[in-house]
Order: sequence, then C-alpha cells, then structure tokens
Amino acid sequence: MGDDNGMLTFIVFFPVIGAVVLATLPREQERHAKWMALAVTGAVLGFTLAVFAMFDRGSDEAMQFTERFRWIRAEDAGFDIQYFLGVDGLGLTMVVLTGLLFVVAVLVSWNVELRAKEYFAWLLALETGVMGVFTAQDLIFFFLFWEVELIPMYLLISIWGSGRKSYSAMKFVLFTLFGSALMLVGFLVLAFSADPSTFDMVALRDSNISDALLPLPAIFVLIFAAFAIKLPIVPLHTWLPDAHTDAPTAVSVILAGVLLKMGGYGMLRLVSIMPDTAQDFAVWMASFAAGSIIYGAIVTMRQTDLKRLIAYSSVSHMGYVLLGIAALGQVGMTGAALQMFSHGLITGLLFVIVGMIYDRAHTRDIRELSGLAHVTPVIATAMLMAGLASLGLPAMSGFVAEVTVFLGAGDRFAAPTVLGVIGVLLSAGYILWTIQRTMFGPRNERWADLPDATAWWEQVPVAAMLAIILAVGIYPARLVDVIEQGILPIATRLG
Amino acid sequence: MLQDVDRIGPELVLMVTAACIVLVDALLRPPPGSSEDEGPRAWLPVTALAGLAAAVIYAVVLIQRDREAVVFSGTYSLDVFSIFFKFVFIGVAGMVVLASVDYVRKLRYQGEFWALLLLATSGMMLLAGARDLMLIFVALELTSISQYALAALLRDDRATEAGLKYILLGAIASAVILYGMAFLFGLSGTTKLVAADGGPSIASFVAEGDPGTRAGLIAAIVLLAAGFSFKVALVPFQMWVPDVYQGAATPVGAFLSVGSKAAGFAVLLRVFYEGFGTESFVGSDWSNLFAAVAAVSMTAGNVMALLQTNIKRLLGYSSIAQAGNFAIGLAAIAASQDGVVLGASGVAFFVATYAFTNLGAFFAVIAISQRTGSDEIEDYAGMGRRAPLLAAVLSFCFVSLTGIPPTAGFIAKVYIFNAAVQSDLVWLVIVAVLNTVVSAFYYLRVVSHMYLAPAPEEGDIRPGPWLATALAVTGVGVLVVGIVPTPLIDAAQRAASVFS
Repeated sequence: MGDDNGMLTFIVFFPVIGAVVLATLPREQERHAKWMALAVTGAVLGFTLAVFAMFDRGSDEAMQFTERFRWIRAEDAGFDIQYFLGVDGLGLTMVVLTGLLFVVAVLVSWNVELRAKEYFAWLLALETGVMGVFTAQDLIFFFLFWEVELIPMYLLISIWGSGRKSYSAMKFVLFTLFGSALMLVGFLVLAFSADPSTFDMVALRDSNISDALLPLPAIFVLIFAAFAIKLPIVPLHTWLPDAHTDAPTAVSVILAGVLLKMGGYGMLRLVSIMPDTAQDFAVWMASFAAGSIIYGAIVTMRQTDLKRLIAYSSVSHMGYVLLGIAALGQVGMTGAALQMFSHGLITGLLFVIVGMIYDRAHTRDIRELSGLAHVTPVIATAMLMAGLASLGLPAMSGFVAEVTVFLGAGDRFAAPTVLGVIGVLLSAGYILWTIQRTMFGPRNERWADLPDATAWWEQVPVAAMLAIILAVGIYPARLVDVIEQGILPIATRLG
Repeated sequence: MLQDVDRIGPELVLMVTAACIVLVDALLRPPPGSSEDEGPRAWLPVTALAGLAAAVIYAVVLIQRDREAVVFSGTYSLDVFSIFFKFVFIGVAGMVVLASVDYVRKLRYQGEFWALLLLATSGMMLLAGARDLMLIFVALELTSISQYALAALLRDDRATEAGLKYILLGAIASAVILYGMAFLFGLSGTTKLVAADGGPSIASFVAEGDPGTRAGLIAAIVLLAAGFSFKVALVPFQMWVPDVYQGAATPVGAFLSVGSKAAGFAVLLRVFYEGFGTESFVGSDWSNLFAAVAAVSMTAGNVMALLQTNIKRLLGYSSIAQAGNFAIGLAAIAASQDGVVLGASGVAFFVATYAFTNLGAFFAVIAISQRTGSDEIEDYAGMGRRAPLLAAVLSFCFVSLTGIPPTAGFIAKVYIFNAAVQSDLVWLVIVAVLNTVVSAFYYLRVVSHMYLAPAPEEGDIRPGPWLATALAVTGVGVLVVGIVPTPLIDAAQRAASVFS
C-alpha cells in the first residue's frame, strides 16, 4: 500500500531543503530562524506520524512506502546504485523517534543566539542524514546517509559546544569515519560476493553470499565494527562521553536519542542479511553486551558531571540492545528495538533536563548541586520521572523494553542475562543516588533564586516525552505491533 | 595529409592562439618603469579563453563528423578516450585562466603565462590521443617544458628554486621514460602501441607472450612506470611536488596539480591498458606494481600532509595521496561481466571529479593569498567570517577530497574502491579507506580553523568577478556530480570502452 507516494522522500529531504533556505536567510531575519526550523521539523514529524498511522501492520510485505529508481545507472559495470527508500516496522519506529526528537531539539535550542541560522541549518541537515539512514534500502545509499551526518555533527559540536569541543568533535568524526571506512569495504565485498551481485538490501536477504573474496566472518566483522562503534560497545565507546559532554544540549539529545540507534538498527539489518554468520557470532555479541552493561553501569557511578553520567549510562543501556540482538530471536530483537525507542525518549529527556539545569546554574557538577526540588519543582519532577523510567520502573517504557530483552535472551544466554539484571539494579542505584543528591539534598542558598522551567518551549517537549514514555509503558501493543512487523521476517530468516 | 592535420585541429588552434598572444604581448608590453596602466594587455586572457572556446567548437565539430579516426600513419587516434580527456584538459585550462586573471596582473611576463598555459594544454591533448611511443614522448615534452617555464615564471627565489628542481628531476624522468621506450622498441621492433591494420605493434607483441621476453618487458614496465610516476606525483617520485607547489605561482600550482596529473594518467592508461594489456602474461605484474605504488603513495602522502603548516604544501602532499587513489584504478584491471574495464573508467571518472575539486580548493587559496599575502594555515583563522564564499568552497572541496557525501569525491571513491574489490584487491581498499580517515584529520583541521579560530585581523575578502565565476563553477560542479553522477560516469565508461 501507499507505494511511490513520495512521503518518505519528503521526510528525508524536506529538512535539507529547509536548511538551504535557512542558510540563505538575510542576517536581519535571523530571529525567525528558530520558527522556520520548528515549522520544518514539525512538518516532518507530521508526515512521520501519518506514515505511522497508514502503515499496514498485518502486511507480509516487508517494505512499505517504497520509492525506488536507479540513481547511478551502470548495471553492466556491476555498479548499480538505487535511490531506494522504504520502511518496515523497525525503520518506521526509528523514523518516528527521529521526527519527534528533532522537534524537541529545536525547542531546547530556543535560546541559541550565536549564529542562529547556521545552527538551525546544520541541525536540519543532520535530520536528513539520520532519516536517510533509517529509510535507505540500498547499501551505498545507506552508506551515503551514514556519512552525511558527519559534517553537521562536527560543526555543531565544535562551534556550539563547550569545554574541549574541538577535541571531542574531531574524536567523534575520526571514530565514526574509521568505522564507516571498514563498513564501506564490507559493503563492497558483500555486494560483489552475493549472487547475483547487488547493493539492494532487500534482495540481498535472499541471495547466497560466497566467500570467494573474503571469508564470511571477515565481512561480518568489517560491517559490524562500524555499528559497534556507533552503538557503542565497550571498548569502542570512548568517543561517546566526550562528544556528549561537550555538545550543546540539542545535539546531546540527538546523539543519545537517535544517532546511537543507527548502530543497533544497522546490526538488525546486518543479521538479516547474514543470518548464519550472525549465529556464529551470537555468543560474542552477548558477552560484549554483558560487558558493556556492567562496565557502563560501574563507570556511571563514579561520574560527577551530570552529562557524563548520562552518557555512560547510555553505554550501559545500549548493552541491552546488543543483548536483545544477540539472542537472534523474535522476542529478543523486538525487545532491542523497543529499548532503542524507549532509550531515545528517556535519555533525550534526561539531556533536556540537564540542559535546563546547566542553563540556569551554569554547572553540571553533582557535588555542587543540591536541593533543587525546593526551588525548581517542575524540573525536579521531570527529572524524577525520567530517572524512574530510566531505571526501568514498571508502567514506563524502559520496563517493557528491558523485560522483553531479558525474556528473549534468558533461555539462550543465561549468564549475560543475569549480568543484565544486575545492571538494572546498578542503574537503579546510580539514578536514585544522583536524584537524591541533586534534587532532594539540603536546600542550598546558592541556588535559591534559580528560575523554574516555565516557558512553553521548555514544558511542551518535557510533557510530550513523558506522555509517550508512559503511553508505551502502559499500552505497548500499539508500538510492538509495528516493530514485530519488521522483526518477524528477520527472525524467520534466523530460524 | 590535410585530413590528418584536420584531426588535430583543436590542438593547433591552441598553439596558434599561444603564438598570437606572445606576439601581441611583445608589441603591447609597456617599457620597464612606465606607469601601471594595463591598457590592451587586459585583453590577453580573453584571447586565451577565445582560443579555448574555439578548440571546444572544433572538437565538437570533429565528433559530429566521425568519432573514430586513426591518423598520421597510425600514431595518433581520435577516439572516445582522447575526446574525453581533451574536454577535461580544455575545461581545466579554461578555469585556470578565469582564476588567474587578477593574479597575473602583477606579473611582468603576462603574455608568456597565457601562451605557456595554452601550449601545455595542447601538449596534454596530443598526449591523450598519442598511440605511438615517439609521439607520446614528443607530446610529453611539449607539456613538460611549458610547465617547467610556468613554474619559474614568478622569478623570485622560491619560484626559481621550484623551476630548477622541477626541470632537473623532470629531465631525469624523461630520460627514464626514453630508456623504457628503448627497451620496448628493442624487444618488439616497433614503436606503435596498437596497429589498426593488424601490423606489428607492442600490443600484439606482448599478446604473443614469448616467455623469453618477459624479463625485458618487466624492465620496460618498471622504467615507464617510474618515469610517468614522476609526472603524476606517485611515491617514490614525488619529492618535487611540495616545493614546486609552494614556490610556483598559485594558479600554476593549480594547473600542475590537476592538468599534469590527468595527462599522466591518461597516458598511463594508454600505455599499460592498450600496450601491455590487462589479460596478457605481464598483466598481473604491472597491476601488482601499481597496487603497491598506490598503497605507498596514499600512506606517505597522507602522513606527510599531517605535518604541514603551509596550505600549498598541504595541497601538494594531499595530491600525492590522491594520485595513490588514481593508481588503485590502474591496478584494478579486472573486467566486469560485459567487459567494461572498471578500473580504467574509474580513473577517468576520478580524474574529472578531482579536476573540479582540487581546482576549487586552489582557487580559494589564490583568492585568500592575494589579499593576506600568506599561505600559512594559521592565517586562515576566521576566514569563515571574513570570506564566507571562499571558506565555504574550500571546505566543500576538502570534504570532497576526504570522500564524504554529498560530493563528487564520495562517488569517485566508492566507484574506484568498487572496481578494486571486483579485481580482488580487498587489501588495497582497506589501506585506502584507512587513509581516508587520516586525510579527514588534516582536511577538517583547516576547516575548523577557518570557522572556529578568531580572525587575527578584520576586513572582508571578496574575490574578483573572474575568480568568483571559477569558484562557483567548481563548487557547483562538485555538488552536482555528487548528486547526479550518471552522465559523467557514462562518459567515463564510454571513454574506457576503447580498452575492452
């Protein structure tokens, strides 16, 4: 249904058109930049929700809303690259998350004064890159969007960031580029080893892959490494705390909310193309997942900077995604996708709140902050809710996601699952401890005059995100239906 | 005979234009010490552009009449391959002319500059069509000698050093090429690369595959590869590059980095793909040779570029690394199912995209150095504010050179890596992609310096209308080829089809 109607093209390319318009805005119009950015991201969100509503949940057709034509036409040279967009349940979930978080990102940037139109232009360009990754169904097209994201991120962190921003931005670029460089080799080898040779990700699922050029495990590792850096998996995570800490709030939200998910999403796509090889690596994936969960949680406890704390907790929480994928079964992978969606909202929300605190107090040091609940009850309440969601309280989305992951992984990998459960306990520890210290500690005169979050552009995103977190937690079926439509064919292939 | 001359019409047009420019300039040149009045000399670049335009028209007329022609007793061929490169060279020369107008005003030897530029271009065009060792050498010297003179044209210490270094090392390279050609002639008894009439030729000689000649052939391959490696700046024959780029006038650097490289690779493709053949008994030998050279060039060029503080030297080392990327295409000799030689078309496509990209970067450097008088990367601080257009084009070209989308450089890299993978050169592709990570570091460092560091002094920098046109053409070209690459890929594949 709904094929070739251009909705995905709109979702992917409308932001970048908006970016170009913004960039050419005359200086005196600069104060309108944020309104234009809001309009663009809002329109895109509207379209993603429309696609979500029109999506056929019962369909066996893996990809819906497909649009394809030959982009680089040279089939006789074995170099046929398609413009091929489409979503299944998995991609759609990520697209909706992306649409939502970019609106949030624009709203939390409402105060940005420094070179505002450039800032919003790069943010919109970034949205095109992310949307493209989640909808492209051709390896090279996918790779293109994967790399498009680099330059906007680099500039957003290094111009509008704080602290050691140039260092962090360069580190982010080099890590990602290193991963994607290997991924490109993997893609080229994969496409040429397939019979018939193709870059088409859907067709690749049904083709045999020969090991004439490279052994299959080598191809798998080349591609997997890029996703592992992005997710990230310990020990490839070291770029993440730096990038998160030094990025502006909106970019932290996007980074934690959707960019990390590109890693998990890519892994799910990879295991569907190379199911047998993935089975051979399942134990490794589960072990690394457990390592990430525990290591991330322990390091989180030692943090004193709020942003760094959330960054490390992301490392731990992304371990659950990998654990769910490692199970290579329907339940586990559904849990992984659900965890990606849920974590995107929860961690996005946490970064939004930390951004608000930092804007007001000009510090993120947990040791200095104390008793904020007395002066800023709205921020404190939001922080508490987000924290509870993050530690996996029932009736919140995090609980549903983690339980599903454990259900899926439990019978296959007992030890990593037990470690995962321990990770949940640890995260309860560090989150409650952090909230207790910053929000509920003794009243501190230094913060007596801190203003609360009262502006509409602060309250709306917080309320909306909390509402969705609760909605998914209480009635997950709406979302799980969609996710399963995408996971089912993958799980069947893994048999 | 007259018909044969007709086939090299575009080249002749350029030579005649060059001669006219020199004559007219000699008559118009103001006596030393006279006032700064430009007067009629301002028309020289227009004449040069007119000559280039006439060459384009001539070439188009030739193609309309017949695409294929082998003339001058089989030594020169007008085919899709040479036509592709002819257009590349004319385009490069045209853009260099546009970008040099303001720069050349301060030179004393203006007429010589335009004339040498056109002569070098006509040499390159001849080179792309040459199918005989003798003609290849003559065309090569026509190109090289013009370029030696161009490199020294500024006549200050650095330019003189650059010119001297270039001519000495270049002469050695030419001698090495001649030596290799002598080997080939001695073995095969002919100087023709291929013979349309089925007569004796190097290609048919190599195809016979007499094992007794193998050692001699490999000696010839190594000598020719070494000599041409000098022209295209491949390691270990790259040592002239940074000095010449830094010392020569910046427009000359731009011309050398693009034109000389493109011409060198055109002739490499001719000699190796056509003469030595991809499926002959020495095919894998020279393919392996270029694979090794490619890996070393990329790595050495990129590592050295990391250390540079001068933008022209940085561009010099980056062009060495990029030459390594081209060489990947040379090494990728496997044909696809339909016999299209991917590596050759990859080189042709890469050369064309690189022309846009590197010229754009050089043009931005020209504009900035004209105003600031400095080529130190330090002095690029704050350019994002002082010169938004220039900084944007330079950044965009650097992004393209790194190979990040949506640029021509991205498509070119994917294309050429794909060709290498299909030729079972996965190890080389891994070396190449890791090199792109290294290159990102130094390219982005310049970008971040322009946008992040505070400007040491104020004052907007605006390029003149000619230079702005050239910048816009290159910048837009990089973007358009990055988004709609098919026409150019088709052209490159058609050009490479002469080898299949």
